[in-house]
Amino acid sequence: MSVLVYSESENGKLKKSSFETASYGKALSEKLESKLICTSFNCSDSELLNKYGADKIVNVESSNLKEFTAKTYSHALSQVIEKEDVSVVILSSSADAKYLGAYLAGITDSTYISNVVELPESINPFIVRRSCFTNKAFSSTEIGGDLKIISISSNSFGLKENSGDGILETLNIKEINTTFKVSNVEKQSGKVTIADADIVVSAGRGLKGPENWNMIEDLADVLGAATACSKPVSDMGWRPHSEHVGQTGKPVSSNLYIAIGISGAIQHLAGINSSKIKVVINNDPEAPFFKAADYGIVGDAFEIVPELISKLKSRQ
Amino acid sequence: MNILVCISNVPDTTSKINFTDGDSKFDKNGVQFIINPNDEFGLTKAVWMKESNNASVTVLTVGDSSAEAILRKCLAIGADKAIRIDCKAEDAYSVAKEIVSHCETVKYDLIICGRESIDYNGGLIPGLLAGYLNYNFITNCVSLEIESGKAKCAREISGGTEFSECDLPLVVGAQKGLVEESDLIIPNMRGIMMARQKQLDVYKAQNINSRAVDKRFFKPEEKGEVKLVSSDELDKLIDLLENEAKVI
Ligand SMILES: Cc1cc2nc3c(=O)[nH]c(=O)nc-3n(C[C@H](O)[C@H](O)[C@H](O)COP(=O)(O)OP(=O)(O)OC[C@H]3O[C@@H](n4cnc5c(N)ncnc54)[C@H](O)[C@@H]3O)c2cc1C
Ligand SMILES: Nc1ncnc2c1ncn2[C@@H]1O[C@H](COP(=O)(O)O)[C@@H](O)[C@H]1O
Repeated sequence: MSVLVYSESENGKLKKSSFETASYGKALSEKLESKLICTSFNCSDSELLNKYGADKIVNVESSNLKEFTAKTYSHALSQVIEKEDVSVVILSSSADAKYLGAYLAGITDSTYISNVVELPESINPFIVRRSCFTNKAFSSTEIGGDLKIISISSNSFGLKENSGDGILETLNIKEINTTFKVSNVEKQSGKVTIADADIVVSAGRGLKGPENWNMIEDLADVLGAATACSKPVSDMGWRPHSEHVGQTGKPVSSNLYIAIGISGAIQHLAGINSSKIKVVINNDPEAPFFKAADYGIVGDAFEIVPELISKLKSRQ
Repeated sequence: MNILVCISNVPDTTSKINFTDGDSKFDKNGVQFIINPNDEFGLTKAVWMKESNNASVTVLTVGDSSAEAILRKCLAIGADKAIRIDCKAEDAYSVAKEIVSHCETVKYDLIICGRESIDYNGGLIPGLLAGYLNYNFITNCVSLEIESGKAKCAREISGGTEFSECDLPLVVGAQKGLVEESDLIIPNMRGIMMARQKQLDVYKAQNINSRAVDKRFFKPEEKGEVKLVSSDELDKLIDLLENEAKVI
């Protein structure tokens, strides 16, 4: 029996999330006294996974997998699962991983559990802790089934290096027929996305209007951060919908979340609560966000943010 | 065209989350339940397709009788009929299996779910349905047009949008963008009156064993006091972030 980690890549290179899933997979395989197999698709640097303790690396090469679709990727993974005698599959929480995870669970009739934040607290029975109620609570959940699929919340486990001596194998797979075709992808290049960012700089209605977002983008630039916003800001069209975070928007689980001119409504907090460190800049000392924050500055964003940018710049 | 919209009954977004029975059950006391916001985007889209695609729209929920109020609301919004599969919704697997078994008796061209529910946030059911039924599948769906049995759709991806095409049947995980918030249909008096005449069927469940059981719930640890930094001491904030929190 082995633990299989699906190692995501982009343009043939591993994504950062695949090192966290491998770290988790290694720790779990030790608990289960089994082997850690990492599998990647059309990836050229998958041997890097040895640094995180892989016992075996399986790279699948197929022109069928050039573009991600839940169906083709799930069927490819199910073939690796069958060949390698797998008991647990580890996925990240990226949009793609969640997209394929549930579909994979359907075609393999396995048990899928998402938003897992820790190693299982018990193996027999198998009990994992996951977040629920949009981060307002956690649940210790017992899961059954012979094959389990676990997707872990980003930044919940972190990276743990480990020496592995996994030999790289290349696997060819059977292609499956599908009418599902990706026709076009529109992607902003060079911008850090909320899902991948270690730092997120977010702003709300306190900024008064879309013309004031330059300083938010500048602050994000110096920190290498992604930009986000509260719901009313995207509803009013000041910022694109893709930046809306919170209970009904995107979830954020970055290492640092900086909230500027955001009051901290319960629906906003729910979506960003799993970020590790929260900094709040707000001119109202009574703003509820201060109760959820680690660090706070009471003051005018229009004075503080430009000064913060210049101080951060001079520090570099 | 036959459309099924799967509806999840969730606590209102302002609800205080509490637990009972030794922290093993969600405390429904005083909690207001609403249509899962992602499902509402999907339902509005389905109601539009009644005209554009001559579709008939069925809403379905797996749950006990307390879920009927939101099914009536869905009928008032414009669904043609409603189905409740009578059981406690225990976990995603058993709920998905109940829906799959219904979809084996009635064929739908399009099954619309929300991308995730805001209670358990699993985001599991649409994928499970597509996997078990071997239907095409798109989640985080922000655009959908159907013409002569083919779907043109788009999903939000990290940093952009991906456009795709496929044949029906298709399972969709809906989210904001499929329709806008301002498009959401608010039931009017006529809709509410008409909803009373519409069919709401209650079906017996298959009683499938669940595979995931919540043993105990926990609240996140209480935050310590916020550390306030004066606005003329920004160097101190940078120092704290760098050396204490170690995040920059
Ligand atoms: C069903 C439902 C779902 C929702 N989902 C979400 C969600 O997913 N995400 C979300 O964000 N919201 C959501 N909301 C909305 C939420 O309830 C709040 O209305 C919203 O988060 C408020 O946005 P805000 O903080 O930007 O604006 P406001 O509440 O208006 O706060 C603006 C803040 O800026 C401060 N400010 C003003 N001027 C300055 C200045 N010069 N310098 C510094 N600070 C200043 C003010 O003190 C205030 O605290 C939802 C609501 C509902 C009903
Ligand atoms: N009990 C239920 N009955 C019917 N549909 C459901 C139920 N629970 C969830 N769904 C659907 O599945 C979607 C995703 O839910 P979840 O997998 O719980 O995140 C929801 O948005 C609904 O469309």
